[in-house]
Amino acid sequence: MSIAVTNLSVSLSGQPILLNAELELRRGELLGLIGPNGSGKSTLIRAMLGLQKGDGGQITIDELDRDAYGRRELARLVAYLPQDHTVHWPLSVEATVALGREPHLGPFGKRSKADWQIVEHVMHDMDITAFKGRSVRTLSAGERARVLLARAIAVQAPYLLADEPTAALDPRHQLTVMKLLHGLTRQGVGTLVVVHDLPLAAQFCDRVCLLHEGRIMAAGRPADVLNDDNIAAAYGVETVRIRVGDASLIVPVGVKVP
Amino acid sequence: MWGNPESFARTSAVVVCLFGLTVAVGLASLLIGFVALDATAVMEALFGVGPESTQMIVSEIRLPRTLMGVLAGGALGMSGAALQGLFRNPLADPGIIGISASAGLGAVATLHFGLAPDFALAVPLMAMATASVSTLILFVVAMRDSSALTLILVGIGVSSLAVAFTSLVINFSSNPFALNDMVLWLLGSLANRSFTDIALSAPFIVTGLLLMYASAGGLRVLSLGEAVAESMGVSQRKLRGLIVLGSSMAVGASVAVCGTIGFVGLVAPHMVRPFLGNDPARILWPSAFAGAILVTFADILVRTFSSGQELKLGVLTSLVGAPFFLFLVVKTRRMMR
Repeated sequence: MSIAVTNLSVSLSGQPILLNAELELRRGELLGLIGPNGSGKSTLIRAMLGLQKGDGGQITIDELDRDAYGRRELARLVAYLPQDHTVHWPLSVEATVALGREPHLGPFGKRSKADWQIVEHVMHDMDITAFKGRSVRTLSAGERARVLLARAIAVQAPYLLADEPTAALDPRHQLTVMKLLHGLTRQGVGTLVVVHDLPLAAQFCDRVCLLHEGRIMAAGRPADVLNDDNIAAAYGVETVRIRVGDASLIVPVGVKVP
Repeated sequence: MWGNPESFARTSAVVVCLFGLTVAVGLASLLIGFVALDATAVMEALFGVGPESTQMIVSEIRLPRTLMGVLAGGALGMSGAALQGLFRNPLADPGIIGISASAGLGAVATLHFGLAPDFALAVPLMAMATASVSTLILFVVAMRDSSALTLILVGIGVSSLAVAFTSLVINFSSNPFALNDMVLWLLGSLANRSFTDIALSAPFIVTGLLLMYASAGGLRVLSLGEAVAESMGVSQRKLRGLIVLGSSMAVGASVAVCGTIGFVGLVAPHMVRPFLGNDPARILWPSAFAGAILVTFADILVRTFSSGQELKLGVLTSLVGAPFFLFLVVKTRRMMR
Protein backbone atom coordinates (compact mmCIF):
# COMPACT_ATOMS: atom_id res chain seq x y z
CA MET A 1 0.00 0.00 0.00
CA SER A 2 1.38 3.37 -0.95
CA ILE A 3 0.83 6.87 -2.25
CA ALA A 4 1.94 6.78 -5.86
CA VAL A 5 2.61 9.89 -7.91
CA THR A 6 2.79 9.22 -11.65
CA ASN A 7 3.89 11.63 -14.31
CA LEU A 8 2.87 14.70 -12.29
CA SER A 9 3.38 18.17 -13.73
CA VAL A 10 2.48 21.37 -11.92
CA SER A 11 2.89 24.96 -12.96
CA LEU A 12 2.24 28.12 -10.98
CA SER A 13 1.13 31.15 -13.00
CA GLY A 14 2.56 29.68 -16.18
CA GLN A 15 5.90 28.82 -14.57
CA PRO A 16 6.59 25.07 -14.58
CA ILE A 17 7.41 23.88 -11.05
CA LEU A 18 7.21 20.10 -11.41
CA LEU A 19 7.88 18.14 -14.59
CA ASN A 20 6.73 14.52 -14.89
CA ALA A 21 7.51 13.76 -11.27
CA GLU A 22 7.30 10.12 -10.20
CA LEU A 23 7.34 9.16 -6.55
CA GLU A 24 6.11 6.36 -4.36
CA LEU A 25 5.66 6.59 -0.61
CA ARG A 26 5.09 3.14 0.86
CA ARG A 27 3.55 2.47 4.22
CA GLY A 28 6.22 1.68 6.76
CA GLU A 29 9.05 3.61 5.15
CA LEU A 30 10.74 6.91 5.90
CA LEU A 31 11.23 8.64 2.59
CA GLY A 32 13.43 11.73 2.53
CA LEU A 33 12.60 14.38 -0.06
CA ILE A 34 15.70 16.44 -0.69
CA GLY A 35 16.69 19.11 -3.15
CA PRO A 36 17.76 22.74 -3.29
CA ASN A 37 15.42 25.66 -2.53
CA GLY A 38 12.83 26.13 -5.23
CA SER A 39 13.25 22.63 -6.64
CA GLY A 40 9.53 21.91 -6.10
CA LYS A 41 9.53 19.90 -2.86
CA SER A 42 6.72 21.78 -1.13
CA THR A 43 4.70 21.93 -4.35
CA LEU A 44 5.03 18.17 -4.72
CA ILE A 45 3.70 17.65 -1.19
CA ARG A 46 0.86 20.12 -1.74
CA ALA A 47 -0.05 18.37 -4.98
CA MET A 48 -0.06 15.00 -3.21
CA LEU A 49 -2.55 16.44 -0.71
CA GLY A 50 -4.72 17.98 -3.41
CA LEU A 51 -3.95 21.51 -2.20
CA GLN A 52 -2.31 22.23 -5.53
CA LYS A 53 -3.88 21.32 -8.84
CA GLY A 54 -1.66 19.48 -11.31
CA ASP A 55 -1.51 20.08 -15.07
CA GLY A 56 -1.34 16.37 -15.64
CA GLY A 57 -0.46 13.09 -14.04
CA GLN A 58 -2.04 10.84 -11.50
CA ILE A 59 -1.94 10.41 -7.74
CA THR A 60 -3.26 7.24 -6.16
CA ILE A 61 -3.53 6.40 -2.49
CA ASP A 62 -3.72 2.71 -1.64
CA GLU A 63 -4.40 1.89 -5.29
CA LEU A 64 -7.37 4.28 -5.49
CA ASP A 65 -7.36 7.65 -7.26
CA ARG A 66 -6.98 10.41 -4.67
CA ASP A 67 -10.11 12.19 -5.91
CA ALA A 68 -12.16 9.08 -5.14
CA TYR A 69 -11.78 9.78 -1.43
CA GLY A 70 -14.05 12.10 0.53
CA ARG A 71 -12.48 15.13 2.23
CA ARG A 72 -12.59 13.79 5.76
CA GLU A 73 -11.62 10.31 4.66
CA LEU A 74 -8.57 11.79 2.99
CA ALA A 75 -7.83 13.85 6.11
CA ARG A 76 -7.75 10.68 8.20
CA LEU A 77 -5.52 8.97 5.62
CA VAL A 78 -2.85 11.63 5.05
CA ALA A 79 -1.58 14.04 7.71
CA TYR A 80 0.26 17.20 6.70
CA LEU A 81 2.75 19.45 8.44
CA PRO A 82 3.39 22.58 6.37
CA GLN A 83 6.54 24.64 6.43
CA ASP A 84 4.61 27.65 7.71
CA HIS A 85 4.29 27.40 11.48
CA THR A 86 1.80 30.21 12.02
CA VAL A 87 -0.84 29.67 14.69
CA HIS A 88 -3.44 32.41 14.34
CA TRP A 89 -4.89 32.34 17.86
CA PRO A 90 -3.03 32.04 21.14
CA LEU A 91 -4.19 28.46 21.78
CA SER A 92 -2.62 26.31 24.46
CA VAL A 93 -0.13 23.64 23.42
CA GLU A 94 -2.58 20.92 24.43
CA ALA A 95 -5.46 22.46 22.46
CA THR A 96 -3.23 22.83 19.42
CA VAL A 97 -2.14 19.19 19.49
CA ALA A 98 -5.76 18.15 20.05
CA LEU A 99 -6.70 19.82 16.74
CA GLY A 100 -5.12 16.77 15.14
CA ARG A 101 -8.09 14.71 16.31
CA GLU A 102 -10.57 16.92 14.43
CA PRO A 103 -10.97 14.62 11.36
CA HIS A 104 -12.05 11.83 13.71
CA LEU A 105 -14.70 13.77 15.62
CA GLY A 106 -18.46 13.49 15.27
CA PRO A 107 -20.80 16.33 14.27
CA PHE A 108 -20.69 18.02 17.70
CA GLY A 109 -16.91 18.01 17.92
CA LYS A 110 -16.73 16.33 21.31
CA ARG A 111 -13.39 14.64 21.95
CA SER A 112 -13.47 11.22 23.58
CA LYS A 113 -11.23 9.92 26.34
CA ALA A 114 -9.32 7.97 23.71
CA ASP A 115 -8.69 11.20 21.78
CA TRP A 116 -7.19 12.85 24.87
CA GLN A 117 -5.04 9.79 25.56
CA ILE A 118 -3.62 10.02 22.06
CA VAL A 119 -2.92 13.73 22.62
CA GLU A 120 -1.19 12.99 25.96
CA HIS A 121 0.86 10.25 24.38
CA VAL A 122 2.02 12.30 21.41
CA MET A 123 2.90 15.27 23.66
CA HIS A 124 5.01 12.95 25.78
CA ASP A 125 6.81 11.56 22.74
CA MET A 126 7.53 15.05 21.43
CA ASP A 127 8.85 16.22 24.80
CA ILE A 128 6.31 19.05 25.08
CA THR A 129 4.20 17.89 28.04
CA ALA A 130 6.10 20.25 30.37
CA PHE A 131 4.53 23.29 28.71
CA LYS A 132 1.18 21.87 27.59
CA GLY A 133 -0.77 24.68 29.27
CA ARG A 134 1.24 27.49 27.70
CA SER A 135 0.11 29.52 24.70
CA VAL A 136 1.83 28.39 21.49
CA ARG A 137 2.57 32.03 20.78
CA THR A 138 4.94 32.28 23.72
CA LEU A 139 7.06 29.32 22.60
CA SER A 140 10.40 29.43 20.83
CA ALA A 141 10.46 28.50 17.14
CA GLY A 142 11.83 25.07 17.98
CA GLU A 143 9.23 24.36 20.64
CA ARG A 144 6.48 25.48 18.33
CA ALA A 145 7.81 23.25 15.54
CA ARG A 146 7.57 20.26 17.87
CA VAL A 147 4.05 21.20 18.95
CA LEU A 148 2.89 21.43 15.34
CA LEU A 149 4.54 18.14 14.41
CA ALA A 150 2.79 16.62 17.42
CA ARG A 151 -0.49 17.99 16.02
CA ALA A 152 0.17 16.26 12.68
CA ILE A 153 1.15 12.98 14.38
CA ALA A 154 -1.98 13.12 16.55
CA VAL A 155 -4.08 12.60 13.41
CA GLN A 156 -2.70 9.05 13.46
CA ALA A 157 -2.98 8.82 9.72
CA PRO A 158 -1.24 5.98 7.88
CA TYR A 159 0.65 8.58 5.83
CA LEU A 160 2.43 11.69 7.10
CA LEU A 161 3.84 14.38 4.83
CA ALA A 162 6.12 16.68 6.81
CA ASP A 163 7.63 19.74 5.18
CA GLU A 164 10.92 20.48 6.96
CA PRO A 165 9.98 19.24 10.43
CA THR A 166 13.55 19.72 11.67
CA ALA A 167 14.19 23.19 10.23
CA ALA A 168 14.06 25.20 13.47
CA LEU A 169 15.39 22.54 15.80
CA ASP A 170 18.63 22.22 17.75
CA PRO A 171 20.74 19.08 17.09
CA ARG A 172 19.27 17.20 20.03
CA HIS A 173 15.69 17.80 18.94
CA GLN A 174 16.56 17.17 15.29
CA LEU A 175 17.69 13.72 16.29
CA THR A 176 14.70 13.20 18.58
CA VAL A 177 12.27 14.15 15.82
CA MET A 178 13.95 12.00 13.18
CA LYS A 179 14.08 9.06 15.58
CA LEU A 180 10.43 9.53 16.38
CA LEU A 181 9.46 9.70 12.70
CA HIS A 182 11.56 6.61 12.09
CA GLY A 183 9.76 4.91 14.99
CA LEU A 184 6.40 5.83 13.44
CA THR A 185 7.35 4.18 10.19
CA ARG A 186 8.19 0.99 12.08
CA GLN A 187 4.58 1.07 13.27
CA GLY A 188 3.54 1.10 9.63
CA VAL A 189 3.21 4.82 8.88
CA GLY A 190 4.47 5.94 5.48
CA THR A 191 6.36 9.16 6.20
CA LEU A 192 7.68 11.68 3.73
CA VAL A 193 10.03 14.30 5.18
CA VAL A 194 11.62 17.25 3.48
CA VAL A 195 15.11 17.65 4.94
CA HIS A 196 17.97 19.93 4.07
CA ASP A 197 20.44 18.25 6.40
CA LEU A 198 21.99 15.58 4.18
CA PRO A 199 23.74 13.59 6.95
CA LEU A 200 20.46 13.51 8.84
CA ALA A 201 18.66 12.21 5.75
CA ALA A 202 21.37 9.61 5.17
CA GLN A 203 21.23 8.48 8.77
CA PHE A 204 17.48 7.98 9.14
CA CYS A 205 15.76 7.66 5.77
CA ASP A 206 15.05 4.27 4.19
CA ARG A 207 15.05 5.92 0.79
CA VAL A 208 15.65 9.42 -0.47
CA CYS A 209 14.36 11.22 -3.48
CA LEU A 210 16.44 14.05 -4.95
CA LEU A 211 14.46 16.77 -6.67
CA HIS A 212 16.19 19.25 -8.96
CA GLU A 213 14.48 21.93 -11.06
CA GLY A 214 11.14 20.20 -10.86
CA ARG A 215 12.41 16.79 -11.92
CA ILE A 216 13.22 13.73 -9.85
CA MET A 217 16.96 13.47 -10.40
CA ALA A 218 17.55 10.30 -8.42
CA ALA A 219 15.69 8.07 -6.00
CA GLY A 220 16.76 5.09 -3.99
CA ARG A 221 18.87 4.13 -0.99
CA PRO A 222 20.60 7.15 0.61
CA ALA A 223 24.02 5.67 -0.06
CA ASP A 224 23.25 5.48 -3.78
CA VAL A 225 21.48 8.81 -4.21
CA LEU A 226 23.70 10.97 -2.03
CA ASN A 227 26.84 10.58 -4.10
CA ASP A 228 29.21 13.42 -4.85
CA ASP A 229 28.10 13.83 -8.46
CA ASN A 230 24.40 14.06 -7.65
CA ILE A 231 24.97 16.52 -4.83
CA ALA A 232 27.27 18.65 -6.94
CA ALA A 233 24.81 18.69 -9.83
CA ALA A 234 21.73 19.45 -7.71
CA TYR A 235 23.10 21.84 -5.12
CA GLY A 236 26.23 23.23 -6.79
CA VAL A 237 28.39 22.50 -3.77
CA GLU A 238 31.61 20.62 -3.14
CA THR A 239 31.45 17.88 -0.56
CA VAL A 240 33.72 15.77 1.60
CA ARG A 241 33.11 12.40 3.22
CA ILE A 242 33.43 11.81 6.91
CA ARG A 243 33.58 8.22 8.13
CA VAL A 244 31.62 7.60 11.31
CA GLY A 245 31.78 3.93 12.25
CA ASP A 246 30.43 2.04 9.27
CA ALA A 247 28.66 5.03 7.81
CA SER A 248 30.10 7.65 5.53
CA LEU A 249 28.51 11.08 5.97
CA ILE A 250 28.47 13.59 3.17
CA VAL A 251 29.22 17.15 4.24
CA PRO A 252 29.05 20.21 1.96
CA VAL A 253 32.19 22.32 2.33
CA GLY A 254 32.28 24.81 -0.48
CA VAL A 255 30.30 26.44 -3.28
CA LYS A 256 31.11 25.10 -6.69
CA VAL A 257 32.08 27.73 -9.23
CA PRO A 258 30.58 26.79 -12.56
CA MET B 1 -9.30 28.05 40.23
CA TRP B 2 -11.58 27.45 37.27
CA GLY B 3 -9.73 24.60 35.68
CA ASN B 4 -8.45 24.64 32.13
CA PRO B 5 -10.07 27.41 30.04
CA GLU B 6 -10.40 24.93 27.18
CA SER B 7 -12.19 22.27 29.22
CA PHE B 8 -15.70 21.19 28.35
CA ALA B 9 -16.93 21.57 31.93
CA ARG B 10 -15.80 25.16 32.05
CA THR B 11 -17.43 25.97 28.72
CA SER B 12 -20.70 24.51 29.92
CA ALA B 13 -20.49 26.48 33.19
CA VAL B 14 -19.83 29.73 31.31
CA VAL B 15 -22.68 29.10 28.88
CA VAL B 16 -25.07 28.43 31.79
CA CYS B 17 -23.92 31.62 33.55
CA LEU B 18 -24.32 33.68 30.37
CA PHE B 19 -27.77 32.24 29.77
CA GLY B 20 -28.75 33.10 33.35
CA LEU B 21 -27.42 36.63 32.89
CA THR B 22 -29.32 37.03 29.62
CA VAL B 23 -32.56 36.04 31.35
CA ALA B 24 -31.79 38.37 34.27
CA VAL B 25 -31.05 41.35 32.05
CA GLY B 26 -34.13 40.51 29.98
CA LEU B 27 -36.31 40.56 33.10
CA ALA B 28 -34.72 43.83 34.22
CA SER B 29 -35.57 45.23 30.82
CA LEU B 30 -39.22 44.37 31.40
CA LEU B 31 -39.18 46.13 34.78
CA ILE B 32 -37.37 49.32 33.88
CA GLY B 33 -38.92 52.03 31.78
CA PHE B 34 -40.89 55.27 31.67
CA VAL B 35 -43.66 53.76 33.81
CA ALA B 36 -42.33 52.24 37.03
CA LEU B 37 -43.54 48.65 37.46
CA ASP B 38 -42.65 46.12 40.14
CA ALA B 39 -41.80 42.46 39.51
CA THR B 40 -45.24 41.17 40.56
CA ALA B 41 -47.06 43.53 38.25
CA VAL B 42 -44.81 42.54 35.33
CA MET B 43 -45.26 38.81 36.01
CA GLU B 44 -49.01 39.19 36.28
CA ALA B 45 -49.14 41.20 33.10
CA LEU B 46 -47.11 38.56 31.24
CA PHE B 47 -49.71 35.96 32.16
CA GLY B 48 -52.58 38.25 31.23
CA VAL B 49 -53.61 39.27 34.74
CA GLY B 50 -53.88 42.78 36.21
CA PRO B 51 -54.78 46.20 34.78
CA GLU B 52 -55.07 46.38 31.01
CA SER B 53 -52.70 49.33 30.73
CA THR B 54 -49.95 47.40 32.50
CA GLN B 55 -50.57 44.38 30.30
CA MET B 56 -50.27 46.64 27.28
CA ILE B 57 -47.00 48.16 28.42
CA VAL B 58 -45.45 44.81 29.27
CA SER B 59 -46.71 42.59 26.44
CA GLU B 60 -46.97 45.08 23.58
CA ILE B 61 -44.09 47.43 24.29
CA ARG B 62 -41.47 46.05 26.64
CA LEU B 63 -41.59 42.34 25.76
CA PRO B 64 -41.06 42.73 22.00
CA ARG B 65 -38.44 45.39 22.66
CA THR B 66 -36.56 43.05 25.00
CA LEU B 67 -36.86 40.01 22.74
CA MET B 68 -35.69 42.05 19.76
CA GLY B 69 -32.70 43.22 21.78
CA VAL B 70 -31.78 39.65 22.68
CA LEU B 71 -32.16 38.49 19.07
CA ALA B 72 -30.24 41.38 17.53
CA GLY B 73 -27.52 41.18 20.16
CA GLY B 74 -27.19 37.43 19.65
CA ALA B 75 -26.95 37.90 15.89
CA LEU B 76 -24.27 40.59 16.20
CA GLY B 77 -22.32 38.73 18.91
CA MET B 78 -22.05 35.42 17.11
CA SER B 79 -21.40 37.11 13.76
CA GLY B 80 -18.50 38.97 15.35
CA ALA B 81 -17.04 35.76 16.78
CA ALA B 82 -17.48 33.85 13.51
CA LEU B 83 -15.97 36.64 11.39
CA GLN B 84 -13.04 37.11 13.77
CA GLY B 85 -12.45 33.37 13.47
CA LEU B 86 -12.77 33.36 9.69
CA PHE B 87 -10.49 36.35 9.18
CA ARG B 88 -8.25 35.17 12.03
CA ASN B 89 -8.29 38.71 13.31
CA PRO B 90 -9.58 39.86 16.71
CA LEU B 91 -10.55 43.25 15.26
CA ALA B 92 -13.07 41.97 12.71
CA ASP B 93 -16.66 43.11 13.12
CA PRO B 94 -19.89 42.44 11.20
CA GLY B 95 -19.65 46.00 9.89
CA ILE B 96 -16.54 44.99 7.96
CA ILE B 97 -18.44 42.91 5.41
CA GLY B 98 -20.75 45.75 4.51
CA ILE B 99 -24.05 44.15 5.46
CA SER B 100 -25.08 46.84 7.94
CA ALA B 101 -24.36 49.61 5.46
CA SER B 102 -26.36 47.89 2.71
CA ALA B 103 -29.34 47.35 4.98
CA GLY B 104 -29.09 51.01 5.93
CA LEU B 105 -29.25 52.01 2.27
CA GLY B 106 -32.48 50.05 1.75
CA ALA B 107 -34.09 51.63 4.78
CA VAL B 108 -33.06 55.16 3.91
CA ALA B 109 -34.22 54.78 0.31
CA THR B 110 -37.63 53.54 1.46
CA LEU B 111 -38.01 56.50 3.79
CA HIS B 112 -36.92 58.89 1.03
CA PHE B 113 -39.48 57.60 -1.45
CA GLY B 114 -42.18 57.89 1.20
CA LEU B 115 -43.18 54.24 1.10
CA ALA B 116 -43.05 53.85 4.87
CA PRO B 117 -46.37 55.49 5.88
CA ASP B 118 -48.43 53.29 3.50
CA PHE B 119 -46.92 50.01 4.57
CA ALA B 120 -45.35 49.53 8.01
CA LEU B 121 -43.04 46.73 6.98
CA ALA B 122 -41.67 48.55 3.94
CA VAL B 123 -38.54 49.72 5.77
CA PRO B 124 -37.38 46.37 7.22
CA LEU B 125 -38.33 44.48 4.05
CA MET B 126 -36.39 46.84 1.80
CA ALA B 127 -33.47 46.83 4.23
CA MET B 128 -33.42 43.04 4.08
CA ALA B 129 -33.63 43.12 0.30
CA THR B 130 -30.59 45.39 -0.06
CA ALA B 131 -28.72 43.37 2.58
CA SER B 132 -29.46 40.25 0.52
CA VAL B 133 -27.96 41.81 -2.59
CA SER B 134 -24.67 42.48 -0.84
CA THR B 135 -24.87 39.06 0.82
CA LEU B 136 -25.11 37.55 -2.64
CA ILE B 137 -22.10 39.52 -3.86
CA LEU B 138 -20.03 38.48 -0.83
CA PHE B 139 -21.22 34.89 -1.08
CA VAL B 140 -20.13 34.65 -4.71
CA VAL B 141 -16.73 36.09 -3.76
CA ALA B 142 -16.44 33.70 -0.80
CA MET B 143 -17.24 30.65 -2.91
CA ARG B 144 -14.59 31.45 -5.48
CA ASP B 145 -11.03 30.46 -4.80
CA SER B 146 -10.05 33.74 -3.28
CA SER B 147 -8.47 34.56 0.06
CA ALA B 148 -9.99 35.89 3.25
CA LEU B 149 -8.23 39.17 2.51
CA THR B 150 -10.11 39.53 -0.80
CA LEU B 151 -13.32 38.96 1.10
CA ILE B 152 -12.50 41.75 3.56
CA LEU B 153 -11.60 44.13 0.75
CA VAL B 154 -14.78 43.35 -1.19
CA GLY B 155 -16.71 43.86 2.06
CA ILE B 156 -15.13 47.26 2.55
CA GLY B 157 -15.89 48.11 -1.08
CA VAL B 158 -19.54 47.07 -0.77
CA SER B 159 -19.81 48.99 2.48
CA SER B 160 -18.33 52.16 0.98
CA LEU B 161 -20.62 51.96 -2.01
CA ALA B 162 -23.69 51.53 0.20
CA VAL B 163 -22.62 54.46 2.38
CA ALA B 164 -22.06 56.57 -0.75
CA PHE B 165 -25.57 55.83 -2.04
CA THR B 166 -27.04 56.44 1.40
CA SER B 167 -25.33 59.83 1.47
CA LEU B 168 -26.66 60.52 -2.02
CA VAL B 169 -30.21 59.79 -0.91
CA ILE B 170 -29.86 61.94 2.21
CA ASN B 171 -28.25 64.66 0.09
CA PHE B 172 -31.25 64.92 -2.23
CA SER B 173 -33.90 64.43 0.41
CA SER B 174 -35.96 67.64 0.45
CA ASN B 175 -38.53 66.48 2.97
CA PRO B 176 -37.29 67.45 6.46
CA PHE B 177 -39.50 64.83 8.15
CA ALA B 178 -38.18 62.01 5.97
CA LEU B 179 -34.66 63.31 6.56
CA ASN B 180 -35.21 63.20 10.28
CA ASP B 181 -36.56 59.65 10.05
CA MET B 182 -33.56 58.56 8.01
CA VAL B 183 -31.01 59.94 10.42
CA LEU B 184 -32.84 58.52 13.43
CA TRP B 185 -33.15 55.13 11.75
CA LEU B 186 -29.43 55.03 11.00
CA LEU B 187 -28.67 55.68 14.66
CA GLY B 188 -30.20 52.35 15.67
CA SER B 189 -32.92 51.79 18.23
CA LEU B 190 -35.13 49.13 19.77
CA ALA B 191 -37.92 51.60 20.58
CA ASN B 192 -41.39 50.76 19.26
CA ARG B 193 -40.47 47.30 17.95
CA SER B 194 -43.46 45.03 17.66
CA PHE B 195 -43.99 41.29 17.42
CA THR B 196 -44.37 41.79 13.67
CA ASP B 197 -40.75 42.95 13.56
CA ILE B 198 -39.73 39.89 15.52
CA ALA B 199 -41.70 37.56 13.27
CA LEU B 200 -40.03 39.16 10.28
CA SER B 201 -36.46 38.99 11.51
CA ALA B 202 -36.34 35.97 13.86
CA PRO B 203 -36.41 33.24 11.18
CA PHE B 204 -33.45 34.84 9.39
CA ILE B 205 -31.54 35.46 12.62
CA VAL B 206 -32.04 31.91 13.87
CA THR B 207 -31.10 30.38 10.49
CA GLY B 208 -28.04 32.62 10.39
CA LEU B 209 -26.97 31.54 13.88
CA LEU B 210 -27.32 27.87 12.96
CA LEU B 211 -25.36 28.30 9.73
CA MET B 212 -22.55 29.98 11.61
CA TYR B 213 -22.58 27.30 14.28
CA ALA B 214 -22.26 24.65 11.56
CA SER B 215 -18.85 26.16 10.79
CA ALA B 216 -17.49 25.56 14.32
CA GLY B 217 -15.21 22.62 13.59
CA GLY B 218 -13.81 24.30 10.50
CA LEU B 219 -13.11 27.54 12.38
CA ARG B 220 -11.20 25.67 15.04
CA VAL B 221 -8.88 23.98 12.53
CA LEU B 222 -8.51 27.23 10.61
CA SER B 223 -6.43 28.45 13.56
CA LEU B 224 -3.56 26.59 11.90
CA GLY B 225 -4.04 28.27 8.53
CA GLU B 226 -5.93 27.48 5.35
CA ALA B 227 -3.56 24.76 4.08
CA VAL B 228 -3.71 22.72 7.28
CA ALA B 229 -7.47 23.21 7.54
CA GLU B 230 -7.91 21.99 3.98
CA SER B 231 -5.67 18.99 4.70
CA MET B 232 -7.84 18.23 7.72
CA GLY B 233 -10.93 17.90 5.56
CA VAL B 234 -12.31 21.44 5.91
CA SER B 235 -13.39 22.98 2.62
CA GLN B 236 -12.40 26.64 2.70
CA ARG B 237 -15.17 27.50 0.26
CA LYS B 238 -17.80 25.83 2.35
CA LEU B 239 -16.48 27.45 5.52
CA ARG B 240 -16.44 30.95 3.98
CA GLY B 241 -19.83 30.35 2.39
CA LEU B 242 -21.43 29.27 5.67
CA ILE B 243 -20.07 32.20 7.63
CA VAL B 244 -20.77 34.85 5.00
CA LEU B 245 -24.31 33.59 4.46
CA GLY B 246 -24.97 33.03 8.17
CA SER B 247 -23.63 36.36 9.38
CA SER B 248 -25.23 38.28 6.53
CA MET B 249 -28.64 36.77 7.24
CA ALA B 250 -28.40 37.35 10.98
CA VAL B 251 -26.93 40.84 10.82
CA GLY B 252 -29.02 41.87 7.80
CA ALA B 253 -32.24 40.89 9.53
CA SER B 254 -31.32 42.58 12.81
CA VAL B 255 -30.14 45.81 11.15
CA ALA B 256 -33.27 45.82 8.97
CA VAL B 257 -35.41 45.98 12.08
CA CYS B 258 -33.25 47.89 14.59
CA GLY B 259 -30.92 50.01 12.49
CA THR B 260 -27.17 49.91 12.95
CA ILE B 261 -25.99 48.97 16.42
CA GLY B 262 -22.24 49.29 16.12
CA PHE B 263 -19.37 47.53 17.86
CA VAL B 264 -21.43 44.83 19.61
CA GLY B 265 -20.02 42.18 17.26
CA LEU B 266 -16.51 43.42 17.95
CA VAL B 267 -16.82 43.58 21.72
CA ALA B 268 -18.88 40.46 22.55
CA PRO B 269 -16.22 37.85 21.64
CA HIS B 270 -13.65 39.77 23.69
CA MET B 271 -15.93 39.60 26.71
CA VAL B 272 -15.94 35.80 26.70
CA ARG B 273 -12.35 35.03 25.69
CA PRO B 274 -10.88 35.68 29.16
CA PHE B 275 -13.15 32.90 30.48
CA LEU B 276 -13.00 30.44 27.61
CA GLY B 277 -9.65 30.87 25.90
CA ASN B 278 -9.12 31.66 22.25
CA ASP B 279 -10.62 28.66 20.49
CA PRO B 280 -12.77 30.39 17.82
CA ALA B 281 -15.35 27.60 17.80
CA ARG B 282 -15.84 27.46 21.55
CA ILE B 283 -16.81 31.13 21.81
CA LEU B 284 -19.57 31.15 19.15
CA TRP B 285 -22.62 30.64 21.41
CA PRO B 286 -21.10 32.42 24.42
CA SER B 287 -20.49 35.45 22.15
CA ALA B 288 -24.12 35.33 21.05
CA PHE B 289 -25.21 35.47 24.70
CA ALA B 290 -22.69 38.21 25.47
CA GLY B 291 -24.04 40.22 22.53
CA ALA B 292 -27.61 39.72 23.74
CA ILE B 293 -26.65 40.89 27.23
CA LEU B 294 -24.76 43.91 25.86
CA VAL B 295 -27.61 45.12 23.65
CA THR B 296 -30.33 44.54 26.23
CA PHE B 297 -28.28 46.21 28.95
CA ALA B 298 -27.43 49.16 26.71
CA ASP B 299 -31.11 49.50 25.87
CA ILE B 300 -31.95 49.67 29.58
CA LEU B 301 -29.36 52.43 30.01
CA VAL B 302 -30.78 54.32 27.05
CA ARG B 303 -34.23 54.23 28.59
CA THR B 304 -33.00 55.15 32.05
CA PHE B 305 -30.88 58.13 31.10
CA SER B 306 -33.08 59.62 28.42
CA SER B 307 -35.18 62.63 29.19
CA GLY B 308 -37.21 64.09 26.36
CA GLN B 309 -35.13 63.20 23.30
CA GLU B 310 -34.16 59.54 23.64
CA LEU B 311 -30.48 58.67 23.41
CA LYS B 312 -30.30 56.20 20.51
CA LEU B 313 -28.99 52.72 21.24
CA GLY B 314 -26.54 52.69 18.33
CA VAL B 315 -25.07 55.99 19.52
CA LEU B 316 -24.46 54.59 22.98
CA THR B 317 -22.86 51.34 21.74
CA SER B 318 -20.60 53.33 19.42
CA LEU B 319 -19.64 55.76 22.18
CA VAL B 320 -18.54 52.83 24.33
CA GLY B 321 -17.38 50.55 21.49
CA ALA B 322 -15.12 52.93 19.58
CA PRO B 323 -12.76 53.64 22.51
CA PHE B 324 -12.75 49.90 23.19
CA PHE B 325 -11.71 49.32 19.59
CA LEU B 326 -8.81 51.75 19.98
CA PHE B 327 -7.85 50.05 23.22
CA LEU B 328 -7.89 46.70 21.40
CA VAL B 329 -5.68 47.94 18.61
CA VAL B 330 -3.11 49.02 21.17
CA LYS B 331 -3.44 45.88 23.26
CA THR B 332 -3.74 43.31 20.46
CA ARG B 333 -0.07 42.46 20.48
CA ARG B 334 -0.13 41.60 24.15
CA MET B 335 -3.53 39.92 23.99
CA MET B 336 -2.55 37.68 21.11
CA ARG B 337 0.14 35.89 23.08
